[in-house]
Amino acid sequence: MEYIIIIISAIFVNNIVLAQFLGICPFIGVSNKLSTSMGMGGAVLFVMTLATIVTWLIQTYVLAPLGIQFLQTIAFILVIASLVQMVEIILKKVSPALYGALGVFLPLITTNCAVLGVAILTIQKDFNLLEGVVYAISNATGFALAMVIFAGIREHLDLMEVPSGMRGVPIALVTAGILALAFMGFTGIV
Amino acid sequence: MNKNLKNFTKGFVKENPVFVLLLGLCPTLGVTTSAINGLGMGLATTFVLVMSNLVVSVIKNFIPDKVRIPSFIVIIASFVTIVELLMQAYAPALFEQLGLFIPLIVVNCIVLGRAEAFASKNGIGASIVDGLGMGLGFAFALTILGGVRELLGSGAIFNIKLIPGDLMLVFVLAPGAFIALGYLIALSNKLNKSKK
Repeated sequence: MEYIIIIISAIFVNNIVLAQFLGICPFIGVSNKLSTSMGMGGAVLFVMTLATIVTWLIQTYVLAPLGIQFLQTIAFILVIASLVQMVEIILKKVSPALYGALGVFLPLITTNCAVLGVAILTIQKDFNLLEGVVYAISNATGFALAMVIFAGIREHLDLMEVPSGMRGVPIALVTAGILALAFMGFTGIV
Repeated sequence: MNKNLKNFTKGFVKENPVFVLLLGLCPTLGVTTSAINGLGMGLATTFVLVMSNLVVSVIKNFIPDKVRIPSFIVIIASFVTIVELLMQAYAPALFEQLGLFIPLIVVNCIVLGRAEAFASKNGIGASIVDGLGMGLGFAFALTILGGVRELLGSGAIFNIKLIPGDLMLVFVLAPGAFIALGYLIALSNKLNKSKK
């Protein structure tokens, strides 16, 4: 039951993009087309889950026993950066097809604050490893969901006549605001 | 001198990191529920920007080109940790409010962007001025956004109540952040365009 609560609250109620404001850069930056936003969503799902597992292990078995939790930020960002690099190298060798689909998004993910944010939140919320993994997967799903919905809206928005000053990012942000308003309807479910 | 002044002022209007370059949007939207939070976040980021620009410009000749980015990230992360500890000690209330977004200064694209684009190519003095200008520009944008949201949402600015009663509460909540920033960027586009 608690897993279901984690899943629903991470995907809908506390959606990582629309309620927690993590990962806004890719959300605005690569949401022009439906296909690229799906690719980005897939890449984030992959990296976020891996990163959460690795950072959880490092926090529990290295930082906490040594009493150096204050190095968390430095340790986590280094782990994520090297992890992304490693995933890129491995994917290139093992599965060129998947690399072709996700490859261009991988370097962008290092500076995606959603990945570091979820890793830190997992520690802050005192999750065990399994809960952490579920939390990471749900958050990534929430990210992908928001991206795909938003990209769908933006594809239609391109055809609309928007006042010149509002064209591009401003209207996208206002649209995101309305989308966030819709997601607020989920408040209170959990 | 003139060039330094230009480096300093470009961060405010012409190359404002938030309104024009659209960098660092996560903390921009996440912490600006009030003007004071925006200002606090802006100043914390300014500190990290200035210090990391300073260190990067000092040691830029010793860093091999290939491991440039990881080295920058370590430098930035060290200063973020310093800010984190300092805030926890001297401004615990603000630290609570900003929460997750303090460690996330590490992945703020402005900081890494300035290290890569400016500090790794310029001298110490210019890099400090650039960091200060960009950082204060960021703080300026965050304070405006926070002020607008606070005023529209609760009728106050810097916690001083100007309009009695509850106003459009939605501006303090998540959707209001997107909408307010959207209109502010549109306004800045308009201002920048009319100047040309």
